[in-house]
This record gives sequence, C-alpha cells and structure tokens, in this order.
Amino acid sequence: MSINFVSLMSALFIGGAAGYLGSLMATKKMSLAGDVLSHVALPGIGFALLLGLNISLGALASLIIGVFIIWLLGMKTSLSSELLTGVVFVISLAIGFIVVPDHELLEALFGDIASVNYADMAMVILISIIVFLVARNIYPKMMLAYISEDMALAEGVKINKNNLIYLLIVAVVIAFGVKIAGSLLTSALIILPAAAAKNISGSMKQYSFLAALLGVVGAGGGVALAGIIGISAGPVVAILSAIIFGFTLAFGKIMR
Amino acid sequence: MEILENNLQKNNLLESQKLLELARVDSKILEVRNLSISCGGEKILDNISFSLEGADNLVILGPNGAGKSMLLKALLGVLSFGGGDVAVSGYIKWKDDVKIGYVPQKISPEKNFPLSVEEFFKIKKIKKEEAISLLNMVGIKDERFIKKQISKISSGQFQRLLVAWSLAGKPDVILMDEPTAGIDVGGEETIYNLIAGIDKEKKLSIILVTHDLSVVYKFADNVLCLNKKLICYGTPNDIVGSESLRKMYGEDVSLYKHEH
Repeated sequence: MSINFVSLMSALFIGGAAGYLGSLMATKKMSLAGDVLSHVALPGIGFALLLGLNISLGALASLIIGVFIIWLLGMKTSLSSELLTGVVFVISLAIGFIVVPDHELLEALFGDIASVNYADMAMVILISIIVFLVARNIYPKMMLAYISEDMALAEGVKINKNNLIYLLIVAVVIAFGVKIAGSLLTSALIILPAAAAKNISGSMKQYSFLAALLGVVGAGGGVALAGIIGISAGPVVAILSAIIFGFTLAFGKIMR
Repeated sequence: MEILENNLQKNNLLESQKLLELARVDSKILEVRNLSISCGGEKILDNISFSLEGADNLVILGPNGAGKSMLLKALLGVLSFGGGDVAVSGYIKWKDDVKIGYVPQKISPEKNFPLSVEEFFKIKKIKKEEAISLLNMVGIKDERFIKKQISKISSGQFQRLLVAWSLAGKPDVILMDEPTAGIDVGGEETIYNLIAGIDKEKKLSIILVTHDLSVVYKFADNVLCLNKKLICYGTPNDIVGSESLRKMYGEDVSLYKHEH
C-alpha cells in the first residue's frame, strides 16, 4: 500500500478544521453534543449507501436534523442536555444499524478513506476553510458565554444563535470527516487534538493554534501511516491522536 | 391687550414648566414602573417601581430568594434567556444610549481554561494599554498580570479583573450582583471599598444587589428593599431602623445608624 495524495490532502484539511473547532468545544454541553453528533451521521450514511448517494451528503442531512433537534430541545425544555443527547444518540444508532447494509457497516462505522475522490477533496478543502472562518468569527463571543452567560448576554451576544452556528459547522466537519474516520471515530478528530493542546497552552491563541496543528498532524499522520501499513485509516488516526494527547499530558506535567 | 399679555405669560410659564419637567426626566438614567415578573406561574417580583438619577447609587437589598437577581437580569434585559416560562409586565426605561457594565455573581473559570487576561479584554475589543490602565484602577499594578491565565489567578484578583472589565468602554452605570464581601482582594480593602473608590473617581451610577446590610452606608444614595414586593424605598437614613427592615429580615436587625 502507498500513501494516496487525495486522501492525505483531505485528511490534513479536515483534521485542521476539526481540531480548531474542538478548541471551541469548551463547554460541557457543547462537547457532549459534538461527541454524540458523529453518531447521528450513521442513519444518513445508511440511506446514502442504500440510494447510491455520496455518504457525506447523506451524513450531512441527518446531522442537520439532529442538530436542530438537540438545539431546539435544549432551548425549549429544561431537560438536561445529557439526557437529550443520550436519547438522540441511541435512536440514531438504532436507525443507523437497521438502515446500513450489512456488508458496508464496517465502512460506515470506521470510515473508508480510499473512497475519497478529487471532487471530495476539493469540497473538503473549501468546506474546511469556510468552517475555519466562521468559527474564528464566533470564537470570542463563545468564550465570553463560556465564562458567564449573563455577561455575554449583557454584551449583546446572541448565545443561542452562536450555539446553533457552532453545532452546524461541527455537523459539516463530521459529515466530511466520516469518510476518513467513520461515524464511530470522527469525534476523535474533534476532541483529541483540543484536549492535547489544552495540556500545553498558556493562552487561547496558543490553544486554538495548537489544536488545529495537532489535528493536522493526527489526521494527516494517521492516514499516511494507515496507507503504509495497509489498514483502514480511522482507528490509526484515533490512536495516533490519543498518543499525542498522552505526550502533551506528560509534557504539560513536567512544565508545571 | 392686557389679557392677551397675561395669557402669553401664562403660556410661557407653562412652556418653562414643561422644559423643567423634561430636564428632570432627562437626568434620570433609569425608570422602572410597575414591574412584575413571574416564573412558571409563581410571582417572583410584584409591582416594583423606582428610578435612578445620573451618578446616583442604588443598593438593592433583600434576603436570599427575594428576587434581587431576577430584578437585575430584567434590568439587563437578559431575562428571557434560558427557557422556562418567564412573564414580565411593566415598564423599564433606560436613558437613551446608556452604556451598562455588568459584574456577575461570583463565577470561577474552569481549571486550565487557557484564556489570558489580555485575551479576556480583547473579547471586548480593549487594547493592551487600556487594559493595563483599567487594571491599575482596580489596584493591579503588576504588568505581567496581563499575560496570566484567568483560571490561574486568585479569586480575589478575578473579582478585581471583572470590575476592571466592566469599566471598559466607559459605562454610565454598573450593575453588580452580590460581589462577595468576604473575598480577599488583597490587604485591608474589600471589594466594596474598591468600588466606592472608583465611584468617587468616575462619577458612575452603581446598582448593587446584596443581602448584606452593612454595605448600605458605604455608597447608597437610595436603597430599595425587596422581598418579592417592594418593602421600602428611600435614602439609607430613611430605611435603616425602620419597621420595614424588621419586616424583611425578621426581628433581630442590628445595624446602627452611622453618624456622618
């Protein structure tokens, strides 16, 4: 096996965008939602496979539905977000397992970077850049809301609107990330680089930059390594990102 | 002819009276009339009216659960956030173009939250030099402070930081929700002394919510006592030792009038 240029480029860009988004996932509510969202992609992937469509588009459709359900319920009810996302999670998985054809279940769960073509790559690069710009725009407002919702509201920050925008760009990244890491492991692209960066950052600027950088390294390195060994990329990306997290944890401890 | 002149004078008088009225209205920074708030059918605040003149300070006093924070949130206009069926009736009118600073109830950022003090100010588009001078104002003179993470400073320093942050952008009025009196902001100074000092320097209006009676004399021009209903409203001398305070806190109110 060798390293495929198209796969590698896609992984580098989606890894960077996912890492950067992860650094924004500062609130518990948000990080839970992000974690669960990647599984919400599964039913969409299933329908796309059944109908012979691009799995990213299928994933995006079900993700957007999931985002609106989580967002609306979170805003309108006083139920805990853990409960809500838990319910959405279980239902998505159940529908996903019914819909996804048996012989393609593994691909849907763990990703299949080999299926990425030039059109996908171009799309991934464009999407990653847009996601980065949108995220950078809402970044300071989300930070303030994280410190204190009342302070943010008093400053005129539209918290609900920002949360929705954030969930939507997470959905977009996941929709394109599933081809690389599959619906089970895409959340690793988002969560692990940011967790690693947090260990060694002294400011928000460092944190968001390192999260994006480690995302690039984890996803790009994982795809390259998987290509060389000749196994599927998702698990390698997840393990490599976890190893990076371990290193930063140790390094951060030494620094302090 | 004489009658006409008389009429004219009368008219002039009426006009000038109107102007006077207008001027009085204009000096008000806030007017609240018949404000009621209920949450899930339960009345939180019932028919509250008061006003605030520019540069005056108002202390909102009341026991826990009296609806003080709710009132503050209503004044900030952030009540409708967070779901629940909150119903508000009445009238809240701020002076046009009023700039409001807000210091929230004690909050502490999550451990390892990697936001630096400088970046915290940047959220409000405050440049480094201005941030340093604001920090100076709240007694933080160390220039390296600006590089520190907000999660790694002491809670006293964080309180000071929040006050400095609220002062950024030159607000006309600052709303403070129970700044913790006991917190050590360094030396002998309490958070209240700090605020009182800034108040003197800046000619701000301050609306301060507390359950701590001893704060009243430090800087209240007016006191509003609250326990779901308006219990009393007046100058500190009017209300301290009054029957209404006993009504609010029970029998053992032991605060003596300060003789200034």
